[in-house]
Amino acid sequence: MPMTTTSLIDLANPSRFLALVNRLSSWLAAATVLAFAVGVFGVYLAPDDYQQGATVKIMFIHVPAAWLGLFAWVLMSIAALGTLVWRHPLADVAAKAAAPLGAAFTLMCLITGSLWGRPMWGTYWVWDARLTSELVLFLMYLGVIALWQTIDEPTRAARIVAVLTLVGAVNIPIIKFSVDWWNTLHQPASVLRVGGSTIHPTILMPLIAMLVAFTLLFLTLHLAAMRNEIMRRRIRSLLMLQASATAGA
Amino acid sequence: MNLGPHAAFIVTAYVAALVIVAALIGWVVLDRRSLSRMLDEFEAQGITRRAQRVSEEQ
Repeated sequence: MPMTTTSLIDLANPSRFLALVNRLSSWLAAATVLAFAVGVFGVYLAPDDYQQGATVKIMFIHVPAAWLGLFAWVLMSIAALGTLVWRHPLADVAAKAAAPLGAAFTLMCLITGSLWGRPMWGTYWVWDARLTSELVLFLMYLGVIALWQTIDEPTRAARIVAVLTLVGAVNIPIIKFSVDWWNTLHQPASVLRVGGSTIHPTILMPLIAMLVAFTLLFLTLHLAAMRNEIMRRRIRSLLMLQASATAGA
Repeated sequence: MNLGPHAAFIVTAYVAALVIVAALIGWVVLDRRSLSRMLDEFEAQGITRRAQRVSEEQ
């Protein structure tokens, strides 16, 4: 059996996964702190934009937050396939742990975007395609979190949430391409675009450093939240064991 | 560092990001602490998944 397949099967065992998380988490946390130190120093050194002045500094948190808001939903969609198709035991754990993180980073994107919009556009909010589809993403995260909380049985909740997640995944390309498909107040893509980035390297480099730092933060928090969810499920099964022992006595 | 005439917007954006990140870290850490305490309590009462498997085998 190929090494990668063996490793994936090994990780399907929650105890082995927990052991791996325990080994990895401190290294990931250290890498996150180091990446943020580099990123923040880069932000400090970055010049002002010739049009936007110092407000361009909001981009260094707004763009990573937007990226992670989308990334978390893509991760949840892959996990949803893991739940529905492959029935991987950790797939719904990964999806459940990612939802609050995705919601938090989408909220960060909306708040920082509004604070950037006010001095640049003259308004905190406008119902254009990019802003509205981003708000819809945030509401979808809240819906998924509410579903997880409402349905007590994790396996049943996982299947229902997985279907909702895959349906909601249609919003991801809408968010990404909304600035190309419709006339929006939001600027067109300037980082990931055909023909390369339009951002000057003195601003692009710190932005990439912050993207790496935020992504490492997400991975650290996601693994920690997955560990918590596995512990929560152990407690649930122990509570049921205790209840059945009490009923049998 | 001179943040220009829109300094309040820039500082508020960074403070908001910091608050959200701190809330996420706090949520993960406090959740783990509370779950570990509950698992320790079960173990102190002798209720473990290993005990369940042993009793099923007997």
